Amino acid sequence: MEQRRGGRNSRRMVVEMFVLGTIASLIGIAIGLAIDWFPEAASTQAGPIDTLWDVLVIVSVPIFVGVTIIVIYAARLFRERPGEEGLDGPPIHGNTKLEVIWTTIPAILLLALCTYAFVVLRDIEEAPASAAGPELRVAVRGEQFAWTYTYAGSDGKKVSTTRLFLPKGRSVDFDVTGKDVIHDFWVPAFRMKVDAVPGITTGYRVTPTRLGTFPVVCAELCGLGHAYMRSEAEVMEPAAFDAWLAKESEESNAPAGGEAEGGDGATASADGKTIFTDGTDNGALGCGSCHQLADAGTAEGIGPNLDEVLPGQTAEEIEASIVDPEAKITPGKPAGVMPGNYGDVLSPAELEAVVTYLSDSTKK
Amino acid sequence: MSITPRQPGWTRAGIYCLYGVAFAFALSIATRAGLSYDPLVDGESVLRIALLGVPFFFLVGLGLFTYWFRWAAGAPTIPEDHSGHGAKSWKSYLYPNTDHKVIGIQYVVTSFFFMFVGGLMAMLIRAELAAPGRQFVDANTYNGLFSVHASLLIFLFIIPVFAGLANYVLPLMIGAPDMAFPRLNALSFWLLPVAGTMMIASFFAPGGSFASGWTAYAPLSTSAPIGQEFFTIGVQFAGASSIATALNFLVTIITMRAPGMSFFRMPLLVWANFSTSLLVVIATPFVAASQFFVLLDRSLGFNFFDAGQGGDVLMYQHVFWFYSHPAVYIMMLPGFGIVSEILAVKSRKPVFGYRMMAFSLLAIVVLGFTVWAHHMFVSGMQSWIRVPMMVTTAIIAVPTGIKIFSWLATMWHGVLKLDTPMLFTLGFLTMFVLGGISGVMLAMIPLTIHVSDTYFIVAHIHYVLFGGSLFTIFAGVYFWFPKMTGRMYDERLGKLHFWMTFIFFNATFAPMHLIGVQGMPRRVADYAEQFATWNLVISLAAFGTGISTLIFAYNMIASWRGGPRATGNPWRSLTLEWQVTSPPPVFNFDEIPTVVGGPYEYGVPGAVHGVFGGSGTTAEPTQEPAESAGTPST
Repeated sequence: MEQRRGGRNSRRMVVEMFVLGTIASLIGIAIGLAIDWFPEAASTQAGPIDTLWDVLVIVSVPIFVGVTIIVIYAARLFRERPGEEGLDGPPIHGNTKLEVIWTTIPAILLLALCTYAFVVLRDIEEAPASAAGPELRVAVRGEQFAWTYTYAGSDGKKVSTTRLFLPKGRSVDFDVTGKDVIHDFWVPAFRMKVDAVPGITTGYRVTPTRLGTFPVVCAELCGLGHAYMRSEAEVMEPAAFDAWLAKESEESNAPAGGEAEGGDGATASADGKTIFTDGTDNGALGCGSCHQLADAGTAEGIGPNLDEVLPGQTAEEIEASIVDPEAKITPGKPAGVMPGNYGDVLSPAELEAVVTYLSDSTKK
Repeated sequence: MSITPRQPGWTRAGIYCLYGVAFAFALSIATRAGLSYDPLVDGESVLRIALLGVPFFFLVGLGLFTYWFRWAAGAPTIPEDHSGHGAKSWKSYLYPNTDHKVIGIQYVVTSFFFMFVGGLMAMLIRAELAAPGRQFVDANTYNGLFSVHASLLIFLFIIPVFAGLANYVLPLMIGAPDMAFPRLNALSFWLLPVAGTMMIASFFAPGGSFASGWTAYAPLSTSAPIGQEFFTIGVQFAGASSIATALNFLVTIITMRAPGMSFFRMPLLVWANFSTSLLVVIATPFVAASQFFVLLDRSLGFNFFDAGQGGDVLMYQHVFWFYSHPAVYIMMLPGFGIVSEILAVKSRKPVFGYRMMAFSLLAIVVLGFTVWAHHMFVSGMQSWIRVPMMVTTAIIAVPTGIKIFSWLATMWHGVLKLDTPMLFTLGFLTMFVLGGISGVMLAMIPLTIHVSDTYFIVAHIHYVLFGGSLFTIFAGVYFWFPKMTGRMYDERLGKLHFWMTFIFFNATFAPMHLIGVQGMPRRVADYAEQFATWNLVISLAAFGTGISTLIFAYNMIASWRGGPRATGNPWRSLTLEWQVTSPPPVFNFDEIPTVVGGPYEYGVPGAVHGVFGGSGTTAEPTQEPAESAGTPST
């Protein structure tokens, strides 16, 4: 087991690797920063988090490039060549100086990153000092498979919706709970999420910075309908938000502290077919995403095929199945998938419209 | 041998299983009658008792408890004639055996079987996700597929396949004739098919398989259909197997090293399995506890996790992750050991910084128990816990970094043999660094708040468990294939397998980082239209990854049947397992070797690790004989 004679000129190679590694790292960092990683940023919390990501990319790329370059160069320089079978490398057992260096430098780097992350964490979780107006509190409740948002309206009335309305530029503090199992309240555009846990109240703050509509996603596996447990957040001008809240509290006939009825008066006259295919603005999911119905042209989904199950049912039976879907489960179909909130989300007029539409379109 | 129903074996096991089912009915009906429940026959109750009880009837039927029962009853034990030791033909592998080499192969083959089943489920998952909307499985089946996929690959592939490889090579490496407790070793193995069959069978349960992920968070798992219990109970059997094997490894390593093999002359694979076994013995009881809580909640209404009844939902996650974070190291440290062995042999150089390599393993064991709550940054737990957990999570990268840098330094100036095991090792080095980097990113709480429960997590865990663990498993299987089978594998197919796996693995999992940060949640059967293109790319690449494993399977089977004969030491390795024939004699060593130096003295003229009765491979030991360590086990 002889040693290999005549080592490679490794000093020059180390310089070459260093130069190449630097170039590759710079290219890697440039690509890493150029990629459009995040969804659009719509809160003050998004900025520090996106910057943290950029910093992490800048730190990470050279580490990966360094390891990869060493592996590639080692394979290139030191691979066994014909005639070298049976040779050994030099018996180097270690180098204390090197080992100390590669223990301490990563440790310092990691502690620095932790410190930075801690500062970012404080930034995004503290109430903003220069808040425009008092902080808005919104109670968020997750249940299989829908979100309900409750606001304190005027006159102590509670306003509940299934679509999240928020004023731009005002800090919002969410109180999040789960009704049945754990859900996770996530608005990717705000970058914040927290689990909705039965039995405790969790929460976070955001200050929306951009007008528009953003998806609300359930991020914690919550059962069959997890993938479909979506809602929308609409960020409005503060004045428009106040007007909306005032109007909703006026329409809300629920007594203070009670369950409030959602519903948006403007869509009351919507026709049944539109509601069936598209849902309503205030968060009723369209029926057609899960149910097949020839008249509406929707395809087979997780729910029963309505062309098969509805004929022969009375309007009352259809309405009962919409309001309380668990009461009667079609054989072969899973229970617990269809949201149980249609009775709350649809106004009586909307519900009647859907029932009439379904009843008419499935009559033989 | 003639099989009669009263002799231990498959016939008796089958009959005993029927007894087990009868027992389940009898116990359930008797209890319900005693408590005047109506109706008397309750399917769920019978099924639950059967899941817990039938496996024991099966194992007793196979004969795994015979010796202990006789001993406990005071009956004369059957003198050990070693008839249950060593394989006589391929059929010997289908029966309980006490030879660690047979058990090792049983382990490896069985866990690869579960890898192929779990991998097939991954293919179905990717087929469903190839386009938005519903392709061909419903939400219930989909949730079941990813749950069973993860459970099989974690509990029945990665953890046991490492135990299997170590089962084969570790006693050889330390110069021992077998493991310390051969009968316990056999029992450990036979618990695995029980657990795996149970998890796969859950698809036939009323209400479908368990579908709450491998994490089985309460209260989703406590309110799920009966299929959940195939996981709850299956994990108990897999966990018991793990714990028993870990104890076996610890005792074997501590008491059965050959004369002269001090702790700091042990190969790093032995160190790695010593560390892993410590983790298993301390941590695995916690996952058992978490699942017993769930079982008690479900079956007897204990309400541990029912918030409405004073239960604590977050408690489940703390207990679960107190196991399941160390489990990540249980799934990685043995791989570190494999990589150290291969890099030293294939670079023809001593492992750089051997002692630091050993100490960093122990550092990971200790730190591994201080980071669990980083899985719970958005769980709503006490918010102060997050910060110390962030710091420990980041710091655990330091010992891991030490290992990476030491491996790189081991290669430097070596004479590198770039064959299949080495390629997988180098693939591991680069890919595991990526998994480690995304791990450090995930330690940073503000970033985790955004990316937890997204595909970024899916990407991270697959870079760690596929690019990390699975690459080392492939490397190890190729490396010890000649020793285990006495045949050489096909090098060309091996290299093809590596390059296909390497390319398709990256094409599959790298884009998941991006769609995760962009906002695609994990564990969804359907997703927003904006992710459609990347998901199609990922699915196509995943099918390529799937095909690459078929090359591996073909290579293994064909080479095992008809590969060229392997010599005792095809890699010119110094460690003891290569100093005997391939495959080794039934009792490993005709005479127990004496260890006279370190395991990796490549490049030291005339260096040997162990000598056999003075007539060893070289004339002169290069180092003075060490103080006697361990018990000579002759």
